[in-house]
Amino acid sequence: MLELNELRYSVAGLSWYFEHQASTHSVNAILGKSGSGKSTLLNLIAGFLQPQSGDILWHGQSLLKLPPDQRPVTSLFQHHNLFPHLTVEQNVGLGLHPGLKLNPGERQKLLNVLDQVGLPDQSHKRPAELSGGEQQRVALARCLLRQRPILILDEPFSALDADTRRGMIELTLDVIEQYQPCVFMVTHDVRDADAMGADMLEIRENRLFHVN
Amino acid sequence: MRLPWWSTGSLALLLILLLAGLPLLAIALEAGQINLPSVLSNAYTQRVIRFSIVQAALSTLLSLGLAIPVALALSHEPRFPGRSTLITLYSLSLVIPTVVAIFGIVAVYGRTGWFNTFLTSLSIEPLSLYGLNGILLAHVFFNMPFATRVLLQSLDGIPGEQWRLATQLGMPYRSRFRHIEWPALRPSLPGLTALIFALCFTSFAIVMTLGGGPRATTIEVAIYQALRFDFDLNMAVTLACIQLVLCTVLMVFSTLLARHIDSTIGFSGLLKPVRWRPTNTHRWIGILTISIATMFVLLPLLGLVFATANTKFLTVITDSLTLLAIGNTLVTAVVSAFLSVALALGLLISTRHLRVRLHHERAGIWLQLAGNIILVLPPLVLGTGLFLLLQPLADVFSLALLLVIAINSLTALPFVVRMLEAPMMQAGRQHDRLLQSLGIDAWHRWRIIDWPLLRRPIGLALAVAATLSAGDLTAIALFGSERFKTLPLLLYQRMGSYRLDEAAVTAGILLALCLFLFASLQRIIGGRAHA
Repeated sequence: MLELNELRYSVAGLSWYFEHQASTHSVNAILGKSGSGKSTLLNLIAGFLQPQSGDILWHGQSLLKLPPDQRPVTSLFQHHNLFPHLTVEQNVGLGLHPGLKLNPGERQKLLNVLDQVGLPDQSHKRPAELSGGEQQRVALARCLLRQRPILILDEPFSALDADTRRGMIELTLDVIEQYQPCVFMVTHDVRDADAMGADMLEIRENRLFHVN
Repeated sequence: MRLPWWSTGSLALLLILLLAGLPLLAIALEAGQINLPSVLSNAYTQRVIRFSIVQAALSTLLSLGLAIPVALALSHEPRFPGRSTLITLYSLSLVIPTVVAIFGIVAVYGRTGWFNTFLTSLSIEPLSLYGLNGILLAHVFFNMPFATRVLLQSLDGIPGEQWRLATQLGMPYRSRFRHIEWPALRPSLPGLTALIFALCFTSFAIVMTLGGGPRATTIEVAIYQALRFDFDLNMAVTLACIQLVLCTVLMVFSTLLARHIDSTIGFSGLLKPVRWRPTNTHRWIGILTISIATMFVLLPLLGLVFATANTKFLTVITDSLTLLAIGNTLVTAVVSAFLSVALALGLLISTRHLRVRLHHERAGIWLQLAGNIILVLPPLVLGTGLFLLLQPLADVFSLALLLVIAINSLTALPFVVRMLEAPMMQAGRQHDRLLQSLGIDAWHRWRIIDWPLLRRPIGLALAVAATLSAGDLTAIALFGSERFKTLPLLLYQRMGSYRLDEAAVTAGILLALCLFLFASLQRIIGGRAHA
């Protein structure tokens, strides 16, 4: 279970207060106007921001002291998920070792995962040679490979056209099915959240609410 | 093992403090004994200070006064054959070593140069290059093309809609200039003025070669004379203190003005160049302006090329003095370039962490400013400090190689930091969350992310730093001796003893060496076009 305990964060005269509990295998969609603090909440969970007070607990253990790469979290962003100068294989491989030192077993796992997201023979291409949807699949492959129990989706479908978006949502559902992470997704399209079968949350007046 | 983020910055800062702070301390300790009122009432110091300021002000005024019409003329003619080559030519004066350009200027405007031969043939009294004339001419040669490029960029940023609107409203050129072009030029003028003034104020090689005796001497050259000819350490320290104060004032002033620039430049360079059909009279005036400016930049370069091809070529190029100087120049240039880039990367890796990850923009910029130390502590002031510091301990001239490398790397540092800052911050901002979530840091980050993404700008920065150092006449004039000479010093001495043919070949070799260093460092370090 992921618990947000009286979490307070303020910056530039704005302050947020988050209180929430999400079960281990739940899919949670966070809705809200732009600037309402959706990304702020994800950045707090991922560890890119530090709260002023309160705590974030995963299975009862506080995450606050851990740097982003040691938290049980992996993220899929809207942009800049891939390094433009590295190949698909290297970009995914960074999810296993930050210095790209992979043993044969890990390399095999990597290729299997690329297979699963439908990019079997693309491992030596660079991001610029792929379409926007394919780039997001590569990033998703890395999330699948890392198997971190909390999966953060920061508007990963927003930059895609309608067809690609549908395919991406299906693939993401597959991935969620496979390893059952606790998902937090930010979106401003309720239909995306619906398609993912998510519990709806909304940030209003700097607080988190359930939407029925 | 994880190195903390501040380790590289602290190391660079420590080195900069050792190289610049200790000499500064030595000056400060010595300065206590100076009788300030008597120094300031001394006629010589007064004249030197006055001349430094006056020549810098006149140089700035002339450079900008000429650059504005040239930039306007170039922006009114957005497409004529060779325009981009011309603009490249205008940036050449930044890379070309000062002494080499001075040689070209002497070949054209010197006593027996083309220009005076031409004047004599018209029975006009020949012009003397030495003294204020020559200093101004050389300063304009270096700064006018540079200012033109900066101003042209501002003009090219004017949105096309403004021109279309002006045409619909039937505005005459005078109002177009007042309402469209002048507002685009104005924001960059204060910063540009401050920069050119500072460059001319601390200019050394030009004043040393073209200045004529005590009447046309700047503070930098006066420090040099006090140290090398009069062996008057007291005088040197006094002048160094005056220079230090004036440079600090200048630096504060230009930092304030530069901030003003950043906040006022609104439009990007992506917009289309001006579309406006000038009248025929305007076109002719414009073409004439461009031609004169181009001749002004091109003639000294041509003069140099013609002079190099002479009968002394083989003798000079096989001369052991020349060969030794080539070796010394290469070593100094390459080592100071690497030191300079290493210092810049050390500072920037830490400031990037402060600015991008910790969002302490201001603290990061303060740390970065350490790279500008040479602007407050110009080479001759730094040299004075090094003299004071090392003289009791060792024979200063036997340390020439090390001292020249130290000064040259600090001289190149502001340029190197400025060149690497933007690509480093941009790459950092784009990938910061990803880097954090994957835990790519320290050595892994450098090897897998930074090096491949930054090797091109690093190659360029190394190339520029090496070229600057190879062409340096300041540090080597101060610390060079019969035992240690670089090509610029050899060239200066050959010019000074009127062995002009030998000097011409030496200038040619130095220019070729600079071009070689520039191209090869950029290629080897920067890699091929692939990013």
